Amino acid sequence: MNIHEYQGKEVLRKYGVAVPNGKVAYSVEEAVEAAKELGSAVTVVKAQIHAGGRGKAGGVKVAKNLDEVRTYANEILGKVLVTHQTGPEGKQVKRLLIEEGCDIKKEYYIGLVLDRATSSVVMMGSEEGGTEIEEVAEKTPEKIFKEVIDPAIGLQAFQARRLAFNINIPKELVNKAAKFMMSLYTAFVEKDCSIAEINPLVVTGDGNVMALDAKLNFDSNALYRQKDIVAYRDLEEEDAKEIEASKYDLSYIALDGNIGCMVNGAGLAMATMDIIKHYSGDPANFLDVGGGATAEKVTEAFKIILSDKKVKGIFVNIFGGIMKCDVIATGVVEATKQVGLDLPLVVRLEGTNVELGKKILKESGLNITSADSMADGAEKIVALVK
Amino acid sequence: MSIFINKDTKVIVQGITGSVGLFHTQQMLEYGTKIVGGVTPGKGGTEVEGVPVFNTVQEAVKATGANASVIYVPPAFAADSIVEAVDAELDLAICITEGIPVMDMVNVRRYMQGKKTRLVGPNCPGVITPEECKIGIMPGYIHTKGHVGVVSRSGTLTYEAVHQLTERGIGQSTAVGIGGDPVNGTDFIDVLKAFNEDEDTYAVIMIGEIGGTAEEEAAEWVKANMTKPVVGFIGGQTAPPGKRMGHAGAIISGGKGTAAEKIKTMEACGIKVAETPSVMGETLVSVLTEKGLLDSCKTHKANV
Repeated sequence: MNIHEYQGKEVLRKYGVAVPNGKVAYSVEEAVEAAKELGSAVTVVKAQIHAGGRGKAGGVKVAKNLDEVRTYANEILGKVLVTHQTGPEGKQVKRLLIEEGCDIKKEYYIGLVLDRATSSVVMMGSEEGGTEIEEVAEKTPEKIFKEVIDPAIGLQAFQARRLAFNINIPKELVNKAAKFMMSLYTAFVEKDCSIAEINPLVVTGDGNVMALDAKLNFDSNALYRQKDIVAYRDLEEEDAKEIEASKYDLSYIALDGNIGCMVNGAGLAMATMDIIKHYSGDPANFLDVGGGATAEKVTEAFKIILSDKKVKGIFVNIFGGIMKCDVIATGVVEATKQVGLDLPLVVRLEGTNVELGKKILKESGLNITSADSMADGAEKIVALVK
Repeated sequence: MSIFINKDTKVIVQGITGSVGLFHTQQMLEYGTKIVGGVTPGKGGTEVEGVPVFNTVQEAVKATGANASVIYVPPAFAADSIVEAVDAELDLAICITEGIPVMDMVNVRRYMQGKKTRLVGPNCPGVITPEECKIGIMPGYIHTKGHVGVVSRSGTLTYEAVHQLTERGIGQSTAVGIGGDPVNGTDFIDVLKAFNEDEDTYAVIMIGEIGGTAEEEAAEWVKANMTKPVVGFIGGQTAPPGKRMGHAGAIISGGKGTAAEKIKTMEACGIKVAETPSVMGETLVSVLTEKGLLDSCKTHKANV
């Protein structure tokens, strides 16, 4: 789960991680009011959307007085920002972070990620702040330093100091930087983060080390024990169909194509998208109905697929294991009756009770094309939507 | 022969009285798996499906001599169950549970260092040695006894592969689902090593998916060590970056973990990769034919 920058900074502040003072604003008036309260010499007006690259897209402005705050807030609020992470359609700005400006001497990068190879949390640092870490990794990998953290004892002070020295933090500020890193690690672990990126981490003219930006992602599996993080969820930043699917415990990801997919199992769902593409079709979604799908769940899945107006046909691909084919077939028939399907529908059933499932589909009298294998099904649906 | 489990494996079920645990206990018993006990704290002394239930794993192991455990415990408590199985010094713990917080698994992995237990999963379908022992949630009847090892990060895609093999009269020695989580117990290399040493396994199918670099590392290992042919498949060739495709571990982040990269490395290491999921079986047959192994892999008759 993603949250906004200002929310991330709120979380970090609670853990003693240094961040600039700032306030969220939903309107121009609130923005000006917030700037007045901050009373800093310069104020930064920052667009709050769930995507990086905001600066380049014109979503971050430095204001020297309250009039400029008003001008910039007016300009950015409601604007659609297109960045490398938003896709071509962009994202509309509905919230601003009004933050005190600071005297930046140098920018660094600090990030915490889960390293699969060592099954540990790893802290990464670089003196190439402000640049994307992937870009640094590609061009100057020698400038990235890593500390693997033992979960039993956590990030050690010597590791934090070593990282700070390695990325050339001025030596009089190394202890401050180390404290910053250790607080950041505590926040990461206690809040079940999956990513925490501070880019840039800055050293200021008055001798502070602070997070100028903060990107926190959280482990969806751990949200049950992170109620305060769940409260930060901004539904406007998410796809409406994905929100609907999550209510029914369906795993759904919207894509750009026109063939709706309904599959059981994440691996098979991915492979189904692949095979549609292989036959020159375009999947409209990833949808895993899971192992325990009921007729109701199948119906909901159908409704979600059909709410995507790009969809011109549907491919149901089921390998019934514990999930029985007759249950799926009943669900499909029920769903098509309820939602009045007039698009081509191809169904491939395999596994437990497959004959019974096929019989149910056949006897339903509905216009369903059945397929013998996933390749056969993919070919058929691609031909039908052409 | 087989790997990890066989007809002598004695299994306890952690979470045996829950609806999922109970259902799959029935399925496993029906398949012929030696389920010797179950564990549900507070229900010790009762019986389920003729199987005695204990309060703790330690107690269950002491009373039954079990050497393996399968875990069907809800995600919030599953990490604790794994640690309990490790503490009881079982040889094998298979965790089916999906949705365990990754930080819990980081701690579990740390705790397991130097301990004897092998963990398979979490978020996996389990392990099956056809006609001997089924531990997990896979449909038993699609499997046939034979000589091809299967290792996979995905459940349904494993069934797909096994089904394609069985249809062609090619049986399986053991099929292992290592699970779709970013931090898990047993990885591709552990399973490939075991298949390499198992004299009854003649060839291996390895099914990966986007996210992480486990497939690349496994491919390098295969190139350096494997004496048996390996074919592969990678799911998620069309998955967009930055989106978690169902499995917690199936995500392309920072340009890493793409299917294209994995396929490239696997091919470079001598692993033939099936172009689509429907030709996994076909791809294996073509490699077996090439190596002159097809007949020996077909010694067991098809039953589909």
